[in-house]
Amino acid sequence: MELLVLFIVVVMLCSAVAVLLLKDFLAALAAFSVVSLGLSVLFVILRAPDVAMTEAAIGAGLSSLLFALALRRLGLWRIKGQT
Amino acid sequence: MDTGLILYTAAFGLILIGSAGIVLSGHLVRTIFGIALLEAGANLLLLLATYRAGSTAPIIVEGRIPAVMADPVPQALVLTAIVIGVGILALALSLALRVQRAYGTLDLREVRQRLEQDIAGEAGIDLPSSSDAPQAVMSRQEGQA
Amino acid sequence: MRRLSSALFLLGLGLLVAAIFQTMEFGNVAPIAGQAINAVAAQQVGAANFVTAVVLGYRGFDTLLELTILFTAATAGGLVLGKPRAGASHDPDSGFILRAGADLFFPLLLVVGLYIILHGHLTPGGGFQGGVILASAFFIPILARPGTTMDHRLVSIIEGLAGASFILIGLLAMLDGKEFLTPLLDKGELGALLSAGSLPLLYIAVGLKVGSELAGLLARLSETEAID
Repeated sequence: MELLVLFIVVVMLCSAVAVLLLKDFLAALAAFSVVSLGLSVLFVILRAPDVAMTEAAIGAGLSSLLFALALRRLGLWRIKGQT
Repeated sequence: MDTGLILYTAAFGLILIGSAGIVLSGHLVRTIFGIALLEAGANLLLLLATYRAGSTAPIIVEGRIPAVMADPVPQALVLTAIVIGVGILALALSLALRVQRAYGTLDLREVRQRLEQDIAGEAGIDLPSSSDAPQAVMSRQEGQA
Repeated sequence: MRRLSSALFLLGLGLLVAAIFQTMEFGNVAPIAGQAINAVAAQQVGAANFVTAVVLGYRGFDTLLELTILFTAATAGGLVLGKPRAGASHDPDSGFILRAGADLFFPLLLVVGLYIILHGHLTPGGGFQGGVILASAFFIPILARPGTTMDHRLVSIIEGLAGASFILIGLLAMLDGKEFLTPLLDKGELGALLSAGSLPLLYIAVGLKVGSELAGLLARLSETEAID
């Protein structure tokens, strides 16, 4: 159990640092999703299934969708082959 | 290394990284990422502070009531906080879109400068400028005035 | 200069938070309010999920205020974005896989979302989680075919009615002379679908409100024109 928590925390903190340091905004968004997912697993380990479900649905789902839509409209993420 | 130390480091690290993102970033979208990370760290901290070792989730399954149950009040608070966090994120991203539409850029230094100039222009006051300001800024200010 | 002062601020914040953490223990905190609630929630509220009992029963008023905050944020976001220009350009339709997948996902997500909302007082879940799933169910067809617009008037009507019904359920109890949000229905037996007073009704209202709000906000965000 301790090793699992250590692994999840290390992955989460590295992804959190990567969110701020990556130049490509889409990659930063993916790292942010990883942080949300790790947090959701930690919530299950802390005996809070309701909170874990909310964090998984909202953090890894809706939040990332909002960011992706906004990045597309801001022009910070272009699909190859379109002007 | 016990679990408590690892988890407290995680919450502490997330709060610090989120604050660093808000304060030290040069781009508006990174500031918004920092806000989201800070909220995640704060929610984790809130749940950590009331964790009881050896407890189970506060749900009754098939009529069996467990002996030691986790505290449901902070879980309800964190649930609320996560949902409010996504509302704030939506509003922040809409404002960022509006800033981009008005100023054409999301670089925070430029946005701050033009915002100050706009406000000074509307209010009709002069911007405070020091004698040490670089020449480009001085000429731009004189050009605007 | 700005960087230096920011770094100093972060250093101070780090020291402050570390000092707070030194005094906190892990794992043996006595739950003050939680213990009392855990002991009586099964008999008083009749819900198997105690977090639902707290969110909608013991702290139901806070949930009403939280719905207000969410409504304010979503409305302000829609206001800031402005009306989309008629005839604005949009992305082309997505490929076949995404379109077929979206058509398959819509009923699945609808069923899963409604299940999570309705069983909120029995299993982990409830109005907020199910509402988010409903919002994505209604947004995925727009993601697959970006030309289709969502009927914003219908969405606002559903949102308004759901929010008003939450308050109405609370007010109906006052007609009998009891307090706001006293349970209307019977407590029922623990673990049945129709139990725990008016908690299922309240969660249905919350789920519909959150779902329609977020779907409308996502659709509004998707309709704004890309800035070049």
